[in-house]
Amino acid sequence: MAVIIDYDAGNLRSVQRACAEVGLAAQISADPAAVRRADRVIFPGVGAAGPGMASVRRNGLDHALLDAFAAGTPILGICLGVQISLDYSEEQETKTLGLLPGRVKRFAFTDPSLKVPHMGWNEVRPVRPHPLLEGIAPGDEFYFVHGLYPAPEDAESVFAVADYEHEFACAIGLRNYFGTQFHTEKSGRVGLELLARFAAWDGSHAE
Amino acid sequence: MLSKRLIACLDVRDGKLAKSVKFVDTKDIGDPVAKAREYYLDGLDELVFYDITASHEKRGIMLEFVEAVASQVFIPLSVGGGVRSVADATDLRLAGAEKINVNSAAVKDPELISRCAGSIGEQNVVLSMDVLAVEPSAEIPSGYEIVINGGRTRMGVDALAWAQRGEALGAGELVVNSIDADGTREGYEIRLTRMISEAVRIPVIASGGAGEPSHLVDVLGEGKADAALVASMVHFGDYSCSGIKRELSAAGVKMRMSW
Repeated sequence: MAVIIDYDAGNLRSVQRACAEVGLAAQISADPAAVRRADRVIFPGVGAAGPGMASVRRNGLDHALLDAFAAGTPILGICLGVQISLDYSEEQETKTLGLLPGRVKRFAFTDPSLKVPHMGWNEVRPVRPHPLLEGIAPGDEFYFVHGLYPAPEDAESVFAVADYEHEFACAIGLRNYFGTQFHTEKSGRVGLELLARFAAWDGSHAE
Repeated sequence: MLSKRLIACLDVRDGKLAKSVKFVDTKDIGDPVAKAREYYLDGLDELVFYDITASHEKRGIMLEFVEAVASQVFIPLSVGGGVRSVADATDLRLAGAEKINVNSAAVKDPELISRCAGSIGEQNVVLSMDVLAVEPSAEIPSGYEIVINGGRTRMGVDALAWAQRGEALGAGELVVNSIDADGTREGYEIRLTRMISEAVRIPVIASGGAGEPSHLVDVLGEGKADAALVASMVHFGDYSCSGIKRELSAAGVKMRMSW
């Protein structure tokens, strides 16, 4: 059974419905024990880093996530779930999980013609092979809603990029962890296909 | 580069699809769940449902309807119509809507926008505004006035000022619906759309008047809209979502072309 981590951060049922569509049975849970037991873990979320991280900590989900990561459980982060997985977020100057080395930075939005936040469909360009990105074709777009973006320390952790104001990492990964800044559950066919690949992923990839 | 969005709007009355013309008299034109699924598979970027159910007792039907769509359609869903409280917004979110549209209740109670933003997140609150062209005056300097009740009640609020206030209160997006253009199929109100889009930093969705793809080209280009809303153009089968997107793309508008 897959577990979708519940930490009061947005519409988890959207993620659950998309999982159901690709045949992945997933239970929404805030129980750290369920996270440690899970075959695979989805760490979604929308909202701000400060309250999000506080909620993860309050429920003891931070340790459960780090334990699941250490145990090799395939983990998929989505949007805020990705941002909280790095070391630090510029949003409310929040110290976050530290599962993947790096920071989360704010778009400067200095160009007045750019709308805030980055909301809508944008092309995702894989920059290094990963089992979860197999089959993504040039021109495939995913749905984004965010004002900050992940900036991993190690360039090897960046698997796909997108452009808004400048190029930024939109899919990052480390061992059995993979995270998408875009909402794969709301990205139509290409998003569902990514979820289906996650459902079949054993957590390994060529280094 | 971010794509412009094609959004289809479905007016839903007691769980059935209705299309209003100039907001007066509506007729039912089919099963909205099937329509939503059809548009989704045909490349639509986002869906909006307006609940035009007359009685509050039938709100449960809308929640069931949203739930049914959300389990079959995997693009952003936005729902509005009769949202008067954070509880209304939360119920719709739980049923599967990402975004909640507030309209007339926010004109009467602007703090509704900030309460909803605080509860469900700014990016999920869409301020939908119905706008009527009027003679510019001291009260309405822009020459565009906010109206409610399907255009029947003028509110004495300037549309430009209201858009900026909505943004300041925490709206994440604006739907700018021209009452004058709505249902005419003669094109969007370009001047109004551009004026508002240039005055705010949040995305603007143009609404009212779409009759052919060139209208969308105009409002997404000259009108500076981030997204264009269509209804009767696609509901009656005159155009398909994919066909509209192909024409927009051919005209140089950046659109998502693979689905």
